[in-house]
Amino acid sequence: MNTLLTTGVPSAQDIAGVTPPDERRKRGPYATIECFQPIPCDPCHHSCRFGAIQEFEDINDIPKIDWSKCTGCAVCVAACPGLAIFVVDETYGEEECLIAIPYEFVPLPEKGQPVRLTDRAGIVVGDGTVQRVVSGRKPAGTSVVWVSAPKRLATVVRGFIPRKED
Amino acid sequence: MSVRKTELAIVGAGPAGICAALEAASHGVKTTVIDRGEELGGQLIKQTHKFFGWHKKSAGTRGILIAKKLSEDVRNSENITVLNSTEALGYYDDGTLLVETPQGIDRVIGDRMIVATGASERMILFPGNDLPGVYGAGAVQTLMNAHGVRPGQSVLMIGSGNIGLIVSYQLLQAGVRVEAVVEAMPTIGGYAVHASKIRRLGVPILTRHTIKEAYGKDQVEGAIIWELDDSWNGIPGTEKDLKVDVICLAVGLSPLAELLWQCGAEMAYIPELGGFVPLYDENMETTRKGVFVAGDVAGIEEASTAMAAGRLAGLSAARSLGKVPDDEYAKLKAEILAELEGLRSGPASAKIRSGLAKMREMLQAVQAKELAGGEPRPQGVRGERDCAGSNSEEAVGA
Ligand SMILES: Cc1cc2nc3c(=O)[nH]c(=O)nc-3n(C[C@H](O)[C@H](O)[C@H](O)COP(=O)(O)OP(=O)(O)OC[C@H]3O[C@@H](n4cnc5c(N)ncnc54)[C@H](O)[C@@H]3O)c2cc1C
Ligand code: SF4
Ligand code: SF4
Repeated sequence: MNTLLTTGVPSAQDIAGVTPPDERRKRGPYATIECFQPIPCDPCHHSCRFGAIQEFEDINDIPKIDWSKCTGCAVCVAACPGLAIFVVDETYGEEECLIAIPYEFVPLPEKGQPVRLTDRAGIVVGDGTVQRVVSGRKPAGTSVVWVSAPKRLATVVRGFIPRKED
Repeated sequence: MSVRKTELAIVGAGPAGICAALEAASHGVKTTVIDRGEELGGQLIKQTHKFFGWHKKSAGTRGILIAKKLSEDVRNSENITVLNSTEALGYYDDGTLLVETPQGIDRVIGDRMIVATGASERMILFPGNDLPGVYGAGAVQTLMNAHGVRPGQSVLMIGSGNIGLIVSYQLLQAGVRVEAVVEAMPTIGGYAVHASKIRRLGVPILTRHTIKEAYGKDQVEGAIIWELDDSWNGIPGTEKDLKVDVICLAVGLSPLAELLWQCGAEMAYIPELGGFVPLYDENMETTRKGVFVAGDVAGIEEASTAMAAGRLAGLSAARSLGKVPDDEYAKLKAEILAELEGLRSGPASAKIRSGLAKMREMLQAVQAKELAGGEPRPQGVRGERDCAGSNSEEAVGA
């Protein structure tokens, strides 16, 4: 049975379907839309100024992205009410990638803060660092936190736990 | 006891009632809105998460902000009188609503009435469910989002519908641990994106699981959960002991339909819509002429559908008072019906669609019986048999 609907964790197949081909991954940041179920929702399409998220014929459509148009700006990450969109930049460094994660907790982490990286089940999978924080529009917008992570975890890390400096 | 006369009385100032009031008022109807809460907005006041739905219809906005905007619009409308902190206690055959205001008991008499009272939370039975620390999800939301109080340190959530998932997320945001979400069904009830969001934060969602018992001396100190077999019986040996001080029930809502029973509107038990709901036609009018419904009281759905249905009820009430020309009415109504159909068109709304289809069939059966000379239905709000402009042949699906 579909793990998404029994555990909340999408299956490997689900993820493969929303990850761009290798050559696109090597070209720069891209959005990955982890929204697999038809629900009546469409702000992602309206948020993208580059027309990368196709117009919905029906409000229940699953979002479709054209990665050739996506700049990785992460505006959609903050706009999605399902917190289902992430931006991944696998060209960030030799060893590291950069991942944009929607974040709605206080306090917001700060640039340079070390974090524990977590996967889609909330399990700690490695260590990373906050590189940039784009705080949400007042009064109640979603913030976007960019964390650096080991490159091999580019398709794995989808959350983080701020580490208290010890 | 004073009597307040009004063209349109609306009970409930959630998204449905407010949108009904705004729509009716925009056509010049003198409208009185009654809500037992202090603030307007109904369920929306508790909702700090961003809403789904159409971008142009405030999707991506938080419920609480939608409530603010709507209440502002209400305050700016000179045709709307608000009676807040006022409960509608009963409805009398002559069309009188008995209300309890902070000053005492009053009567409100409306030429038309819209019932938009929303829904109440269901409870389930298990040993220990009367211990302090067992809350409904709505109570937990009110504590946290309206009063800024944490219900406890660590929570077991019962139910994985959108409410259970969203309240779990809000608990996490407030710094409360959520030990687990248990769900008796084999699959998660709410939207997958909401489930993934809390799963990512490390909260296990256990399908085919339920609570066996709560324990504790003076209050909840823990809960035993277990797995269910195919016939919904607990499987001995699968028990897990969770140390929690709060058990939060999010096991569904039931329409708050007392006033509709009292008016003698035809009601039916339709599980897909959440229990006993009124039969209503395409104009949101019940079988009691002049009494309209909108929102969760007519079937448990969403704020987005409640707002659209509320507008339709307000429009229809205005039209039956002779305030909306036919062509304008037809145009506005078609727009709202198209919006509702869009909102309900996806697989996530399959249950609602089948519930509404059943409701329409039952309505047609009642109407057919009436035409065949069955029992006369209760008279209109103020004793009129047929209100100006309302048209009983315009039944849904007809
Ligand atoms: C946790 C949670 C999350 C949700 N998330 C979403 C979402 O993302 N998107 C979405 O579209 N919907 C969402 N909903 C659903 C949405 O909130 C409801 O469907 C919607 O509020 C229903 O509107 P309503 O006006 O029918 O009822 P309500 O909002 O319940 O309002 C009814 C009002 O009537 C008043 N009332 C009742 N009886 C009386 C009486 N006798 N006298 C006086 N006043 C009375 C009540 O005080 C209340 O203010 C969510 C609901 C919950 C609980
Ligand atoms: S990251 Fe920017 S360009 Fe890419 S889909 Fe999102 S909004 Fe559009
Ligand atoms: S905005 Fe988010 S939840 Fe809504 S359809 Fe787009 S990706 Fe899915």
